[in-house]
Amino acid sequence: MDAANPLPLKERMRLPRQRMPEQAPEARRENFAEVNLGLDAALARQEALRCLQCKSHQCFTGCPVGVKIKDFIALVLRGDYLAAAAKIREDNVLPAITGRVCPQEEQCEGRCILGKNGEPLAIGYLERFVADYERRVGQVGLPVKAPPTGKRVAVIGSGPAGLSAAGDLVQRGHAVTVLEALHELGGVLIYGIPEFRLPKQIVHEEIENLRRLGVEFRTNVVVGRTVTVDELLGPEGYHAVFIATGAGLPVFLNIPGEHLCGVYSANEFLTRVNLMRANEFPAWDEPIYDCRGRDVAVIGGGNTAMDAVRTALRLGAATATIVYRRSEAEMPARVEEIKHAREEGVRFLTLANPVAFLGDERGWLRAIRCQRMALGEPDASGRRRPQPIPDSAFEIPAQVAVVAVGNRGNPLVQATTPDLKTNPLGYIEADPETLKTSKRGVFAGGDIVTGGATVILAMGAGRRAAQAIDRYLRTGEW
Amino acid sequence: MYPILEARWLAPEVKLFRLQAPLIARKQKPGQFVIVRVHERGERIPLTIADAEADSITLIVQGVGKTTKLLNTLEAGQRVLDVVGPLGRPSEIHRYGTAVVIGGGVGTAIAYPTARALKRAGNRVLAIIGGRTRSLVILERELRGFCDAVHVTTDDGSHGEKGLVTAPLQRLVNGPDRPDFVLAIGPIPMMRAVAEVTRPHGIKTMVSLNPIMVDGTGMCGGCRVVVGGKTFFACVDGPEFDAHQVDFQILAARNAMYREAEQRALAEFRAQAHPPEECRLTRAHPELAPLAAS
Ligand SMILES: Cc1cc2nc3c(=O)[nH]c(=O)nc-3n(C[C@H](O)[C@H](O)[C@H](O)COP(=O)(O)OP(=O)(O)OC[C@H]3O[C@@H](n4cnc5c(N)ncnc54)[C@H](O)[C@@H]3O)c2cc1C
Ligand SMILES: Cc1cc2nc3c(=O)[nH]c(=O)nc-3n(C[C@H](O)[C@H](O)[C@H](O)COP(=O)(O)OP(=O)(O)OC[C@H]3O[C@@H](n4cnc5c(N)ncnc54)[C@H](O)[C@@H]3O)c2cc1C
Ligand code: SF4
Ligand code: SF4
Ligand code: FES
Repeated sequence: MDAANPLPLKERMRLPRQRMPEQAPEARRENFAEVNLGLDAALARQEALRCLQCKSHQCFTGCPVGVKIKDFIALVLRGDYLAAAAKIREDNVLPAITGRVCPQEEQCEGRCILGKNGEPLAIGYLERFVADYERRVGQVGLPVKAPPTGKRVAVIGSGPAGLSAAGDLVQRGHAVTVLEALHELGGVLIYGIPEFRLPKQIVHEEIENLRRLGVEFRTNVVVGRTVTVDELLGPEGYHAVFIATGAGLPVFLNIPGEHLCGVYSANEFLTRVNLMRANEFPAWDEPIYDCRGRDVAVIGGGNTAMDAVRTALRLGAATATIVYRRSEAEMPARVEEIKHAREEGVRFLTLANPVAFLGDERGWLRAIRCQRMALGEPDASGRRRPQPIPDSAFEIPAQVAVVAVGNRGNPLVQATTPDLKTNPLGYIEADPETLKTSKRGVFAGGDIVTGGATVILAMGAGRRAAQAIDRYLRTGEW
Repeated sequence: MYPILEARWLAPEVKLFRLQAPLIARKQKPGQFVIVRVHERGERIPLTIADAEADSITLIVQGVGKTTKLLNTLEAGQRVLDVVGPLGRPSEIHRYGTAVVIGGGVGTAIAYPTARALKRAGNRVLAIIGGRTRSLVILERELRGFCDAVHVTTDDGSHGEKGLVTAPLQRLVNGPDRPDFVLAIGPIPMMRAVAEVTRPHGIKTMVSLNPIMVDGTGMCGGCRVVVGGKTFFACVDGPEFDAHQVDFQILAARNAMYREAEQRALAEFRAQAHPPEECRLTRAHPELAPLAAS
């Protein structure tokens, strides 16, 4: 495959990593359009030329679903972008999405040999380039379906885990119905990750592809309320169930003043904007508390916090500040999001922990009392544990606060399925390989098993579940 | 899409809808609600399931703002875009003895299914229903159908007793017929006043709270209420809570959070011309024309 690359290895290593063209920070903080504009063919080729086509190709081991990275890069160099896309799709059914949102620096790119002495290959940019090319020419190759097996599978939740399982199951000839609680499909891809990072159109297209493959989608069905798992397996006539309900229960800080007007969970703040389009009020009916001219503080340091704080800026906040109890080095957010946030004017208040929300006499937030922190010994997660510095309280003004300190598993399905084993945090217990739960015929995967993780891990879980469900349906063995 | 089988006015601004929604109809229990989205750009609003038949559910809607007024322009034969449910915990139905069910305004509709369930469970059920004026008192005839007594109050004295629902309640509490259980649903000041009447007597009193909701599944936390000093999500832990433990002040403050935006939406909605001979919904939302015609 390497024949496509005319450059000797030494020269390849001298090429600089290509930069992603993006909207200028001053412009983009005023709009919700995508920040990254994507590589063109010339830039993509320039970047692909850097790949050393290593024998050991460590990049591959860094990808949770094992995308054959060096093979697809070689196809990019040949200019055969459709073949490159097909190569990625062998292992990753949502490349236009993962190319945009994977934490590449910890995964594929984190292992790339080029990173040892310089910058790693921009695998994410290239994955996105190829997937966007495929979308643009409208030639997403729909896979061939196996003949119908007569078996029916219910998939609960339409996030990346549910969608990828549905796609694989329908290809194997099973009849698949996806049940979704909200009125729109896509899970966090729709209601959590903002348009400026992941255009909703891409998610809609992926879902449309699944629909064309024959997946049936039913919105407005809350499993546990509208119908239970036992009913799905009994009177509703499904032969297996895959639970992919995500980690959608917001965690609050449990500090005084959390009920004040102006204090949001990140889920609510982002849902109002992404799902309900509160940023387009009153053309859309859902309002959001007017951030214009106000001070907005977002508590947390993950992707969710970055998304919320950058959304606040775009809603016209006078100041938008990240309040995080460790230092920037420990922030779990993708490096690119932190960089983009900073360029857009987000302020970072690190080593600070909120201890109370302070309100005015009407019950509205006016300030946050914080405490300074210092980093101590590493904790179980390997990150240094933040400890409060005595007598270090101070206040920051804030009329809007968004709490983005994590999520738990939503209990609706578990609570109505008594024979489903869960762990003390409320997540469903499932075998990591087969994704089987304690209940016959019921599989679970994605964030509802692992806790808040990543799109690609959820997708990988969905695919493994599809394999195991297929085996179960064919053999009847549990 | 959820077809409207029946739509009729019960009072000015209060309309009853029967919607085809078989899954929800089969599952619902008294005290549960649905979340409705009327059109493509609409918000999600919670509405109590007032009644259910084999394939249909009944909603009773008071037009207070843009979404409820828009919904109330719909007629039988049209459809509602999204209806999800049943949500929330069902009312706890026990055999208490004497149960008093109090409804203020459209709160009567919310209390109605629970009142009937209490009756079926063998309670003596007394209803107290109130409104500002005669035309705003709803479901009186239906309640008289099964309640042991129905007291009516109006602010202006145009029907029943002049005054607030708390007056007959106070009499019952002081009298020989002391209630064993009270359920009160209506405006926040009314529920708070009821709680204060029963508190000194230690009578178990439940109220159904109406915080602003988005998803209704416990995902956003926007519906959080403070009860007994602890935070609960009304859409999954409620909507009914112990009246003596509820922090009504926080609820009232949080419900006022979007007042400016709500008033703006309502003003813009009203500013649109609505010639009565045309469908007012499609006038306001031309993109709905094909659906409304079907
Ligand atoms: C704001 C935000 C930003 C993120 N950014 C990134 C990023 O940049 N990169 C990355 O890799 N990951 C990111 N993540 C994490 C990633 O989105 C999740 O790990 C992933 O979406 C999990 O997929 P899932 O399919 O398990 O669940 P989800 O995507 O959560 O989907 C679950 C679906 O199930 C539905 N559901 C829940 N309960 C029920 C029920 N009872 N009945 C029916 N349906 C139900 C929900 O409505 C939802 O649609 C982010 C997460 C958030 C919240
Ligand atoms: C569990 C529950 C059951 C309910 N049952 C009924 C019922 O059976 N019949 C009925 O007429 N009304 C019911 N309501 C109230 C109804 O949901 C609101 O009147 C409606 O949302 C108002 O929307 P709007 O756009 O017309 O008015 P807006 O102008 O948006 O608001 C008017 C008032 O309604 C409240 N409100 C606004 N948006 C919401 C929202 N998304 N969720 C909850 N409250 C909101 C606001 O606090 C405001 O005071 C119920 C509310 C809850 C929480
Ligand atoms: S799926 Fe994610 S980790 Fe795997 S190659 Fe693509 S960008 Fe890298
Ligand atoms: S490790 Fe880097 S250079 Fe080597 S094959 Fe993978 S992407 Fe190419
Ligand atoms: S409405 Fe979102 S959690 Fe209750």
